[in-house]
Amino acid sequence: MHAVVCIKQVPDTTEVRIDPKTGTLDRRGVPNIVNPEDLHALEAALEFRDRFGGRVTVLTMGPNFAASALRECLALGADEGVLLTDRRFAAADTFATTYALWSAIQKIEKERGPVDVVLTGRYALDGDTGQVGPGLARRLRVPLLSYVTAIEEVDFEAKRIVVQRHIEGAVVTLESRLPAVLTCSADLNQVRYASLPALLAAQQAQVTAWSVDDVGADPEQCGLKGSPTIVSKSFVPEPRTDTCRLFEGEPAEAAASLVDFLIAEHRIPGFEPVGAKEA
Amino acid sequence: MPKNVNIDEWRGIWVYAEQRRGQVSPVTWELIGAARRLADAIDTYVAAVLIGDGVGRYADEAVACGADRVFVAEHPELAEFRTEVYGRLVVQLVLERKPEIFLLPATTQGRDLASTVATDLACGLTADTTQLEMDVQKRMLLATRPTFGGQQLATITSANWRPQMATVRPKVMPRPEPDPSRHGEVIRLEVGDVAADAPTRVLKVVEESNESRILDEADVIVAAGRGIGSKANLYLVEELAEALGGEVAGSRPICDAGWLPKARQVGQTGITVRPKLYVAVGISGAVQHVVGMMQSGTIVAINSDPHAPIFQVAHVGIVGDLFKVVPALTQAVRQRGRRAVLETVGG
Ligand SMILES: Cc1cc2nc3c(=O)[nH]c(=O)nc-3n(C[C@H](O)[C@H](O)[C@H](O)COP(=O)(O)OP(=O)(O)OC[C@H]3O[C@@H](n4cnc5c(N)ncnc54)[C@H](O)[C@@H]3O)c2cc1C
Ligand SMILES: Nc1ncnc2c1ncn2[C@@H]1O[C@H](COP(=O)(O)O)[C@@H](O)[C@H]1O
Repeated sequence: MHAVVCIKQVPDTTEVRIDPKTGTLDRRGVPNIVNPEDLHALEAALEFRDRFGGRVTVLTMGPNFAASALRECLALGADEGVLLTDRRFAAADTFATTYALWSAIQKIEKERGPVDVVLTGRYALDGDTGQVGPGLARRLRVPLLSYVTAIEEVDFEAKRIVVQRHIEGAVVTLESRLPAVLTCSADLNQVRYASLPALLAAQQAQVTAWSVDDVGADPEQCGLKGSPTIVSKSFVPEPRTDTCRLFEGEPAEAAASLVDFLIAEHRIPGFEPVGAKEA
Repeated sequence: MPKNVNIDEWRGIWVYAEQRRGQVSPVTWELIGAARRLADAIDTYVAAVLIGDGVGRYADEAVACGADRVFVAEHPELAEFRTEVYGRLVVQLVLERKPEIFLLPATTQGRDLASTVATDLACGLTADTTQLEMDVQKRMLLATRPTFGGQQLATITSANWRPQMATVRPKVMPRPEPDPSRHGEVIRLEVGDVAADAPTRVLKVVEESNESRILDEADVIVAAGRGIGSKANLYLVEELAEALGGEVAGSRPICDAGWLPKARQVGQTGITVRPKLYVAVGISGAVQHVVGMMQSGTIVAINSDPHAPIFQVAHVGIVGDLFKVVPALTQAVRQRGRRAVLETVGG
């Protein structure tokens, strides 16, 4: 069994605040973490290896310091961490990202052996597009099993897997051929803890770093150059012009006048102002 | 970066008409409404792509909502969405007919399909947009979405690529008033043996209880944020919701903590709601939350911090301690509610 897990290092965006004076993002002191759902993808791969043996390769595209995210995965038990890093990979949209990851997976297959399954997170905290997993599946020409919340059966010999996918209003049980791309949600499993010795050992661990040329990628299809979309403008949402009407006074008084206002203005369905019938 | 196509050959705005278990999702009508508005700006047609089994009956509604053409692909093997099977059909159709813009819903199905199709077509795709505008001169879609940390919005374009694809969040675009007198063309597609070599097979579909749809239909929602402090305090919002005849929801920290089920999380990674009345209790108003509720009819904010961003989206509010304000609101509603009922009974 050979699993490739795609992980992304992301700023813990729940910690990001807007600077009230400048209206810009205040990213100072925001820690970088492994995208939370990617750890569930890794856990699924490690559970495969616990059962069937084999190899778990963790892959990320990012700046040099993303190596620390790979080391975290090594501490959890991954066999190898591959860092795709090159200035030419920078500013990739999802289309260029899947190209880079696909190129790396080609090399991994060639040099480390065939890949049976590729796992990703359902979406990344910073981009939140959920496009990378599906796009990667298409590039690899393998089936996509997205929003996976349970793995019911897997047989790497027979190249068959049965998963549960959680979609709007339903749980779908899907059977698929392998290899496939799975996008994993947090409900899939409970992520294991790294032992202290493993954490310490991982700090010194080597990660494999590959450039555009190392993976034989076409520089025209990488990074900003290879991205069909561009960010033409980014801005902080404009405050509304009609300001919020505030009700003041003691809580009981403010609450009563707010409720009276809402009823008088027909803002609460089912509540009609007293006397409305006659009017 | 060079363009992928001769852009003048591409005309028309398409919408993917999502169906789930034989029923077209309401977001489809919202997208057709948005497509109509964009198409009128650049003087082109709107088409809907309807794939499934026995879904052709929805074609008229698509036309009434603003579509000029409806492509219908029906086959028993198409009953349930499967990425590879639907993807191949859609790619083929796009390559044949060359639409300049293609909108899909930002749902599990829409996201998978959009990403698959955009990868095959090598075109640009903007995910999870909340605003769509048109640069009329360049016939360029300006797709705006919340980005990084959600506290910012970004407008994304793909000027030199066709089609220009975007997924759009449900419930952010208004639902058009259907006009049954509109005329449109229904085009039935030859689908053949669509799933002959499909790599996946649907073994089972278990529908969930209505839990996940409760907020969709609620007219009144009372949402709790981290200001509520603990799970034990949730009764405060539950009582207010009950008095108002509404449902309870939460911001992400509340649902992450397991105080409320995930199905009740409002926002970017939760669901988008559009009730007539939305009461935000102890919610700061981060963009990721706001994108999920800003279309509500009336927004009420209760927050002790007068500078909380929630007051920028709220229509009315009270700056104060929710532990005092919310019980007072509940009491006021109960009293007024009774008065309103008495009045009805009396005359
Ligand atoms: C990719 C991404 C996706 C996200 N998706 C979502 C999403 O779908 N939904 C979502 O909600 N968030 C989402 N978030 C998180 C979002 O950024 C905010 O962190 C979150 O909405 C904050 O929740 P909150 O307002 O409840 O908590 P806080 O920001 O902590 O606000 C609590 C508020 O309560 C007020 N308060 C405290 N005590 C009292 C009191 N006694 N009386 C009155 N007021 C009081 C405070 O003044 C404060 O304004 C997402 C973040 C990211 C990065
Ligand atoms: N730069 C990257 N390197 C490796 N994996 C990535 C990268 N970006 C996204 N992914 C994977 O794709 C998933 C979905 O990301 P996104 O489509 O950006 O929401 C993530 O959870 C990761 O598993």
